[in-house]
Amino acid sequence: MSHPATDAEGHGHGHEGHDDHHHDPSFWEHYIFSTDHKMIAKQYLLTGMAMAVIGGFLVYCFRMQLAFPGMHVPFYGVVSPMEYNALVTNHGTIMIFWVAMPVLIAAFGNFCIPLMIGCDDMVFPRLNRLSYQVFLLSAIVIVASFFVPNGGFGGAWTAYPPLSGNAEYSLTPLGGSMWVLAVALEFAAFLIGGINFVTTAMNSRAPGMKWHDVPMIVWMICIASILFMASVGPLIAGAIMLLFDQQLGTGFFDPRVGGDPILWQHLFWFFGHPEVYVVLLPATGMVAEVMPVFARKKLFAYKTILYTAVGTGVLSFFVWAHHQFISGIDPRMANVFTVTTVLISIPIAEMMFLYIATLYGGSIRLTTPMLWGLAFVAEFLIGGVTGIYLGASGADIYFHDTYFVLAHFHYTFFPIAFIGTFTGLTYWYPKMFGRMMNPTLGKIHFWGTIIPYNCIFIPLFVLGAAGQHRRIYNYNHFPELSTPDMQALRIVATVSLLVLIAFQFLFLWNFFYSMWFGKKAPKNPWRATTLEWTTESPPPHGNWPDGLPTVYRGAYEYGVPGRDEDYWPQNEPN
Amino acid sequence: MSFRPIATTRAATGAPTGRLAVWWLIASEIVIFGGLLASYLMHRLGHEEWANYAIHTNTMAGAFNTFVLLTSSLSAVLAHNAAEMGDGPKAAKYLVATICGGGVFLVIKTFEWSNEIIHGYTITANSFWSFYYTAAGIHGCHVIAGMIIMGFVAVDANRNKELHRVELCGIYWHFVDLVWIFLFPLLYIAK
Amino acid sequence: MIEFYIEQASTYAHEIDNVINVIGVITTFWWALTTAVFFYFIWRFRYREGVPSQYVTGKEKHLKRWVNIPHYLIILCDMVVIVAAVRVWYMVKQDLPTSDDMRTVRIIGQQWAWSFEHPGPDGKLGGPDDLAAIEDNIYTVDELHTTVDTLYHYKLEARDVMHSFSVPVFRLKQDALPGRVITGWWQATKTGEWDIQCAEMCGIGHGIMAARIFVETPEEHEVWMQAQAALAKK
Repeated sequence: MSHPATDAEGHGHGHEGHDDHHHDPSFWEHYIFSTDHKMIAKQYLLTGMAMAVIGGFLVYCFRMQLAFPGMHVPFYGVVSPMEYNALVTNHGTIMIFWVAMPVLIAAFGNFCIPLMIGCDDMVFPRLNRLSYQVFLLSAIVIVASFFVPNGGFGGAWTAYPPLSGNAEYSLTPLGGSMWVLAVALEFAAFLIGGINFVTTAMNSRAPGMKWHDVPMIVWMICIASILFMASVGPLIAGAIMLLFDQQLGTGFFDPRVGGDPILWQHLFWFFGHPEVYVVLLPATGMVAEVMPVFARKKLFAYKTILYTAVGTGVLSFFVWAHHQFISGIDPRMANVFTVTTVLISIPIAEMMFLYIATLYGGSIRLTTPMLWGLAFVAEFLIGGVTGIYLGASGADIYFHDTYFVLAHFHYTFFPIAFIGTFTGLTYWYPKMFGRMMNPTLGKIHFWGTIIPYNCIFIPLFVLGAAGQHRRIYNYNHFPELSTPDMQALRIVATVSLLVLIAFQFLFLWNFFYSMWFGKKAPKNPWRATTLEWTTESPPPHGNWPDGLPTVYRGAYEYGVPGRDEDYWPQNEPN
Repeated sequence: MSFRPIATTRAATGAPTGRLAVWWLIASEIVIFGGLLASYLMHRLGHEEWANYAIHTNTMAGAFNTFVLLTSSLSAVLAHNAAEMGDGPKAAKYLVATICGGGVFLVIKTFEWSNEIIHGYTITANSFWSFYYTAAGIHGCHVIAGMIIMGFVAVDANRNKELHRVELCGIYWHFVDLVWIFLFPLLYIAK
Repeated sequence: MIEFYIEQASTYAHEIDNVINVIGVITTFWWALTTAVFFYFIWRFRYREGVPSQYVTGKEKHLKRWVNIPHYLIILCDMVVIVAAVRVWYMVKQDLPTSDDMRTVRIIGQQWAWSFEHPGPDGKLGGPDDLAAIEDNIYTVDELHTTVDTLYHYKLEARDVMHSFSVPVFRLKQDALPGRVITGWWQATKTGEWDIQCAEMCGIGHGIMAARIFVETPEEHEVWMQAQAALAKK
């Protein structure tokens, strides 16, 4: 039984600080205008899932066009060159900003952080609600941009000016500005949310929880939030400048008026590169939570893992121009960025080695969450090593703007956004919804995702190595790229995508069906040590109505010799 | 649903939650303005002719506005002092003085900009003026936001409620002031 | 690795391919080793009735060694990659070789076509300070005609938005920026005709911005120039 917590003024209490809200909350208060971190987490999760469906629909359309050029795509129609550009642009933009970030950071951050550090909510619940509302608005704006005259923005998710800054070039006067506005609103939502995550994790830890007792995912989400906050500023400035170029006729990025397109590139990538670590670190955090539980092993070298995460975060600020090697920057600068970029592989490789070392001496059960966690490591390794080709300037001359780049970042982003998400979702679902998901469906979904996924992107590596460049709606204009062999690879990738999409319906079924009809979940179905498993599934309002927990040890005490159980919860005194 | 969780009252770092949060906010704002000003500097160093455009900024107005903001930062400090001593109404009065300082700043800026626009120095005149209006404009938005938030805090403080928020307003306002201290030489003095 | 898919048709193509191959060997080795160990552990330490897990903190020196040694070896491999890459980068992008019989071409990207300005029979492209040489220049759209074994400088421009001049068989790629003229070089090693791509998103016609490069013998090139001159006279 946990001890009642004391707050900063030293009062012992169970309910002090809460308004006495003994009436049942209305539907609106409970579901729509909630300030409870768990509900807000679910709002972010469901919105992110809906946006993933949209992002998936977009890729379905353009991959059908690539495999069967000119064909009428079922549920869409014929893809025109202009629509093709809007489809690829918004697929990328949506997946990064409206799927990966809200699900990995906002949904899991909101749900897990207060529960795993042993407090009753985020420090600023109303600000939390505001951050979701701003986020929802940003999602509405980006979706709305598809329906305005001339459609959605089609200048690639990187939005390089002068193409993006000028409607006479981009041909999307409204779509272009709505895209910028949506992204800016999303940034604002995550700045607000980030303040909540970091402040809560720093200040509201349970008594007895020292910094090295904090579960790794909480650390990862905090470091990611700090990275985001420290890197997004210049791009916010840049986004305002781009919007002014688009709407007011200023020339920040237009050489005709004394501006510089390369300035945008620097502002964009100074954020863009840390951003990939903003989403990577939470995903690795999921793996760090799941592996100890299902191998019944302490996390190997917790502090070192933390240092690699911080090291990666710091280094990530010094690599950005590897995206710009051949873009017209001073060639001498490229050498600096080659050195930093190749070196950043070191902390990340070390982190992966430490996760693998966690398996050593373990007793591994291949539950669905564990399958996803292990798959993350295996697939991300491919993504990581293929990045070296691109970070090495001499090699990047050939690979830049080819499908090799695309395959590389899908071998990083897909593990991050989808494998990482499924790891966390299948693991915390019982706690979130009070039910167990169907494990058989879970495993079928796993294999039905992983196998087609590799069948999509390995052909794309080959196509990229053969010189296929990006963002082309039809390769028929390029004799060397429209050979039957290359077209066959495109068809393989597209058909694999169709299979992948089909299996996601299985997941959606499992997800929603189990919510009402799944087996009721006990407090601690996985026999895990972290604090969230010491309360009900799902936790009630305030998380521990009978008193917030106190912590006595680290988060990964599995297999401790001389004890009856093979796990030692953080909140048990002995 | 006014609700302060126990989480908000904890202070594992030793610093109260509100202050910690405001410092994180300031950190992210520093990067926003930092990016903007770095872009401006890079352009300015690469375009010598900008000195010719910058001549037309109104240094007197800029200098007076600097004085206004510094004075309003003083009243923010006095407001914090009063709050520390538990005198809510007095803190509220000083906050109102700070808000007025912001108001004077904006009025002067309005006259300044109107004059410049009439003379053809619009945001699209050339890149210098684009940066000028964008940087000062974003700063101005932060001034307005600060004034609004201080208004709400002053209303509460007047009733001796939430006095700890007066200090937080002060921290934010000092930051807004600091940004102006950077903008002033970059836009007005460097000619 | 790349040479398996497309030809090497320039003097530096094999250099770039070599860097790619060095990276290929190193990364494949580490990926294979790590993945093998990973899957081995999953099998070796699978749940077995009555076999508990071990309590390992990660501070154990004899275990940490297995992470630290690969860690240092990887740093060494990274050095190799950096040196190889920087060397080739310098050769292709920083160094600008010259020769007595080199030629210069002007390459202009715009929405949505490539146009080229070739030196005429006088062999000189000319410019604002050499107007006489411009007179016999040859202008084409979507076709670049060059000679084999000749050093070429290119002057790359963009008329409106960013484009990117890319010739995969040369392993040549350079973004074009409006308001700038960017200089680069190549020397072709075989005759033939290949794709030119635009490798930077430039609007709705980005996908049709295809062009062709013709690498000809001096005789063939002469014939082509005469034909152009004849056309011009008409």
